[in-house]
Amino acid sequence: MEYLKAFIIGGLICVIGQILMDATKLTPAHILVIFVTSGVILTAIGIYEPLIDFAQAGASVPLTGFGYALCNGAFEGVKKSGLIGAFTGGLEATAGGIAGAIIFGYIMSIVSNPKTKD
Amino acid sequence: MDRLNKKEYEKYAEKKIPTPTYFKNIFWAFVVGGGICVLGQFIRNWLFSRGLNEKQVAAGTSIMLVFIGAFLTGIGVYDRLGKVAGAGSIVPITGFANSIVSPAMEFKREGYVFGVAARMFTIAGPVLVYGIGSSILVGIIYLLFGGGK
Repeated sequence: MEYLKAFIIGGLICVIGQILMDATKLTPAHILVIFVTSGVILTAIGIYEPLIDFAQAGASVPLTGFGYALCNGAFEGVKKSGLIGAFTGGLEATAGGIAGAIIFGYIMSIVSNPKTKD
Repeated sequence: MDRLNKKEYEKYAEKKIPTPTYFKNIFWAFVVGGGICVLGQFIRNWLFSRGLNEKQVAAGTSIMLVFIGAFLTGIGVYDRLGKVAGAGSIVPITGFANSIVSPAMEFKREGYVFGVAARMFTIAGPVLVYGIGSSILVGIIYLLFGGGK
C-alpha cells in the first residue's frame, strides 16, 4: 500500500514538473530551482509535512522533498540553537545527500565519457 | 530544392515544428517519476529493517539514490531514460545527480578544475543557492515568530 502511495504522489509531483516544462519552456535547471524552493516554502507553511506522512518516499524523493529536508532541518536548528541553527540546520539535515552527490558525481564524471548522441 | 518565398517558407517551417505530445509526456513523467519514488520507498523500508533511525534512513536513502542517478548517468542509461521521461527523470533526486554528472563529463577536456569540478554545479549550484538560501530565511522568520524556545 505504501508503495502505491509513493508511486502515485511521486508520479503526480513529476507530472506538475512536466506540465510546467511543456507549457512554459522552462529549462530543467529552472524546474529544479522552483521545486526545491517550493519545497522549502510549502514545508514552512505546514503543507508539505502531511504529504510526507502520507506518501513517504513519494514526497521525499522528488526535489521538493530536498526542500522539505532543508526547511525541517533549519526549524530544528532554530529550536536547538537559535539564530545559529537557522544557518546550520538545513545543511546538517541534507549533508548526506549533498556529500554523496559531490563524491559520486565527481567519480562518475572522471571514469566515464559522454555517449555519442544518436 | 524548390525556391520558396518568405511566406511559403514560414508555412513550411511551422509544419516542421513538432507539436509537443502533452499526453504522452505526462504519462511517461508519471510512470518513471513514480517508479523512482517506489525505488526510494524500497530503499527506505530496507534501511528501516536494518534498524536505522528516521534521520539515518533519510540520509541513507538520498545517498543511495544519488549514487544510482550518478551511476546510470555515467553508463549512459539515465540520459536515454530522460528523453522519454522528461520531468519524471529530472524532478526526483536521481535527476539532481544526473544534473551534476552530465555536464561534468561533457566538459572534462577543459581540465579537472574548470572542466569537471566547476561544471558539476552548473545546475546543482543554483539549486543549492536557492534551496539553502530560502531555508536560512524561513529559519530566521521562524525564529522571529517565536519558534525558538
